[in-house]
Parts: sequence; C-alpha cells; structure tokens
Amino acid sequence: MQLKTVNGNVAKLAVSGEAPPRRLTDVLVSDTSVAYTFVAPAFLLLLFLVAYPFVLSVWFSLSDARVGETGSFVGLDNFRRLLGSGIFLQVLQNSIVFTAAALTLKTVFGMALALLLFRVTRFKRLIRGAVLLPFIVPTALSTLVWWWMFEPLYSVVNWTLKSLHVVNHDIPWLPDPYLAMLTVIVVNTWRGLPFFAITLFAGLVAIPREMYEAAESDGAGPAGRFWHITVPLLTPVLAVVILFSAIFTLADFNIVYVLTKGGPMNMTHLFATYSFALGLQSGQIGQGAAVSLFLFPILLAVVFSQLRLVRRAATYE
Amino acid sequence: MFTLYMPITPFVFFALFPLYFMVVTSLKTNAELYNVASAPFLIRRGVTFGHYQLLSTETLFWSWFANSLIVSLAATLISVAIGILAAYPLARLRFLGAESFGVAIFITYLVPPSLLFLPLTTVVNRLGLSDSLWALIVTYPTFLVPFCTWLLMGYFRTVPREIEECAMLDGCNRLQTMIRILLPVAIPGVICAALFAFTLSWNEFLYALVFVSPAELKTMTVGVFSELIRGDIYYWGGLMAGACIGSLPIVVAYVFFLDYYVSGLTAGAVK
Repeated sequence: MQLKTVNGNVAKLAVSGEAPPRRLTDVLVSDTSVAYTFVAPAFLLLLFLVAYPFVLSVWFSLSDARVGETGSFVGLDNFRRLLGSGIFLQVLQNSIVFTAAALTLKTVFGMALALLLFRVTRFKRLIRGAVLLPFIVPTALSTLVWWWMFEPLYSVVNWTLKSLHVVNHDIPWLPDPYLAMLTVIVVNTWRGLPFFAITLFAGLVAIPREMYEAAESDGAGPAGRFWHITVPLLTPVLAVVILFSAIFTLADFNIVYVLTKGGPMNMTHLFATYSFALGLQSGQIGQGAAVSLFLFPILLAVVFSQLRLVRRAATYE
Repeated sequence: MFTLYMPITPFVFFALFPLYFMVVTSLKTNAELYNVASAPFLIRRGVTFGHYQLLSTETLFWSWFANSLIVSLAATLISVAIGILAAYPLARLRFLGAESFGVAIFITYLVPPSLLFLPLTTVVNRLGLSDSLWALIVTYPTFLVPFCTWLLMGYFRTVPREIEECAMLDGCNRLQTMIRILLPVAIPGVICAALFAFTLSWNEFLYALVFVSPAELKTMTVGVFSELIRGDIYYWGGLMAGACIGSLPIVVAYVFFLDYYVSGLTAGAVK
C-alpha cells in the first residue's frame, strides 16, 4: 500500500506540469456533484413514487373521486362523513383494540422470550432459527394455515379442546365478532413476536456483563438486577421496537384480509382493509384515501419520537 | 437446565406448530382430511402428493412461482443498486441537504404500503403498467430502496475511511473507489440487503393483489390465495401445498443465511 501511494504521488507530480494542482474547493465541488449524482436515482424514485402519490392521496381525500373519475374538490367532506359514520367509528375502535392488544402481547412475550434466548447455551442456533421462522415465511400464506386451524368444521384447535374435554361444542372462532378479533390478534402476535424477541435479545447482548457482576456483589437478586439494570438499559431498544411495530401493526392488511376480510359485521376491519373495501371494492377513492390518511398522523408521531430517540442516543455516545 | 428449556418449549411450539400443520395437511388424503373423527396432527392413512399434483396440473401455480421469482429478482437488483449508490454519499460525503435526505429516507422506510396503495394504483394506471409484472417491479423499490439505503449506510460507516483515501491518492475517482475498495469490504451488508429485499418482495401481498388482476400474471402469494378459493369451496390440501412451496424458497435462503437475517432484522431497530 505504501509503495502504491508513493507511485501515485509520482504520477501526480508528473502531470502537474500540464494541469494546475487540484485545490480543496475543486475537490469539494466535485464531491458535491458526485453526491448528487449518486443520490439522484433514489431521490427521483421517492419523489415520483412516494411523495407524488402522497400528494395525490391528500387530493383524493379532499375530493369526491371515484374509479375512472377525477372528481371535484369537496373540502373536508370525506373526513366529516367518516367521523359521522358508525362503521368508521367501529374501524377506529378496532384499530385501537387490535394495536394495543397485539403490541402488549408482543412486548411481554417478546421480552420473556428474549431473556430465555439469552440464557440458552445448547442448540442455540436451532432454537433461535425456529423461533424466528414465522417472521420470514410469507404472511399471506402462513395466515392461510391459521384460517384452516380455525375453520368452523375441521378446526384443529376445536378438536384439541374437545378431546381434552375443555369444551363440548365447536367454538365459532371466525364467525363470532369478538373471537374473530381475538384470532386476528393471536395471528399478528405469532408473526410479530420473533421481531421483538430477536431485537430485544440483541439489546440484551449489548449490556456489559460487569454491570450485573457489580450489582450481584452489591447483593441485588435476579429481580433487582432485572428491574434496575436490564429494564433501564433496554428501554431505548424497547422504545424503538414498540414504535416501529406500532406503525406496521396498525397498518396491517394481510392478516385481516386473508382471515376475515374485515368481517363479521366490520368488527375486524382496520384502516388498511376498510380503505381497500371503500376505495377499490366500492370505488369510492376519495373516502378510501381519507381512511388511509388516518395512518399518517400516527406515522408522523412515530417518526418524530424515533428521531428524537436516535438523536438522544447519539449525544450520549 | 430444566427451568430454562421447559419455559422455552411453548414458544418453540407456538412458532412451529402452524408450519408443521401446513406440511401435514398438504400431504394428507382428502378422506382423512375431512374426517372429523381422526386426529388431525398425524398422517395415519398414507402420505399423498395428490394436492401437489393437482396444483401443478390444474392451476397456474408454476406461472405464479415464476412471476414471483422474476419480480423479486428484478426488484431486488434495482433496489440494491439504487440503495448502494444512495448510501455511499450519505455515509461518506458532506453535501447540502444530506441530513434532510437522510430523514426522508427514514420516513419512507416507515411508510406502510397500505398508506399509498390507492394513489399508486392511479400512478400505475397512468404509466400504463397495470396488469403487467412491471407494475410490481417499479413499485416494490418504493419500500425496498429506503430499507437497503438505511441498512447499507450503517455498514459503510463501519468501514474505515483510510482505505478509501489511499485509493483516491492512487487516482481512483469516487465511483471506482466505491466499487473496488468499499464494496468488497461491505459484501456482508450487500448480501444482507439483497436477502431482505428478496424476502420482502417475495412476501409482498397488497400491491400484487391490487395492481395485477389476470390470473396468469399473479404472484405466488396472491395466486394461491385468490385462485384456489372459489366461492365457498376450499381446497385445503391444495391451499396448504401452495403455501408450503410458496414459503420454501424463503425458508431455504433463511436456513443458509440465518446470521444475515438476524443482523438485518436488528439493524433497523438497534443501529
């Protein structure tokens, strides 16, 4: 490497007779133009396929656009009509229940699983691999097997419960509105748990061992160590994971669409599936766009708090 | 030992049972499948490949498989290339707007597809791409590029600047330095980005459902779901067979590259 550098300098000296030596400003200017050239494809993609559709979505939500018609400006009519409609209020409630329940389950069990994974010594890779699998498999396809597991007539869940004499009749998992919501939450938890467990596990690994040793020599028990070392040091990771998952849980489409299509009686509709039903199935693009835009303030809130967390972490370093 | 492996067993069971049940169902004869009295967990009356055969001969299954493969490979290639190009200046160079562009990438990384599918349908229509695989190849990068850029930015920052400076003194320009010096060192990051991009494309459902309607152009996830369910008749054996083969490429990639998946998964949240 040394030799090469020397050669390079010699080469530069050789050409310096013809061209003036490159000045600092030249280097900076050329670097800036390089930067813009490199960033351009990504920038154009985001501009035309993310920013422009977003503006279009806002326009749709303020218009009475239907499939094949541009529609005209109607102000906040769509939002007013949504907030006055019983179905939309139900969707709002479903979204809150679904997201809160699924996030709680994923946080609690994800934390438990992470702590267990941390202590595993034998079959480490095998167990980690098995536990992560639900997150990797295509959701639309894995949800099909959940559908089959809760199918009214041949449900393996019901078969087991009946064989164990827990119940003596078939439980109507998907036709019952409340049980349907429960099922959708369970499937979402099944799919999202690995993300929580593996990320929290990575956070646990990053905690210095000396902290625990110091606490132990000060007489802290396992519970004390968990609450006073693990929890505070894991909080930043936990916050990021929860915020991240909050968006994608709230915006979930695949699981609900495959399992219940939003039914029975709109009791499992979320923003995404209801927006799909309104905008594409009944062709009211304006209303559909308005529904999906309800995701946006939540998205902004999450982005804002994530950026703050990242900045705070950066200043601590 | 006992207190550790006992509590972890239910988690492993919960994670794996549905996938096990998927395989078991796909290999059962219809007679056993629809017999309410027989235990559903096991195959007692012989293994059958009938459901797989039905899938191959009676449906467009292999077309869906090929479509998924084409779309995923193309979208991955495009996104990783654009991602590498964008991540390099964001990680290395100072330029006006660098920070705002970084934030923009981060925001789009968090935008769920369900927020933009309605207006994107209009955009795809106007571009004349609806009902072609191009609709997917063009739209998948909207969520893949932010992910790849974010992941690669992190990887590029871990590579020391000095090795690049040496190359630049030797007269390499930025592009040459990036391709010859940085990329070989950052190969694990590139593999990780490509694996995730491929997985996300292969698993994508909403855009594929909305933008492409002819049966022969559907991707795996949509084809199995919408073409194997006709009215109230469910071909559960066939559905599960389709779900098995549809998951197989991802599971195989996953088994070989487990560590890459783990690092990619945590990169989004921890880094």
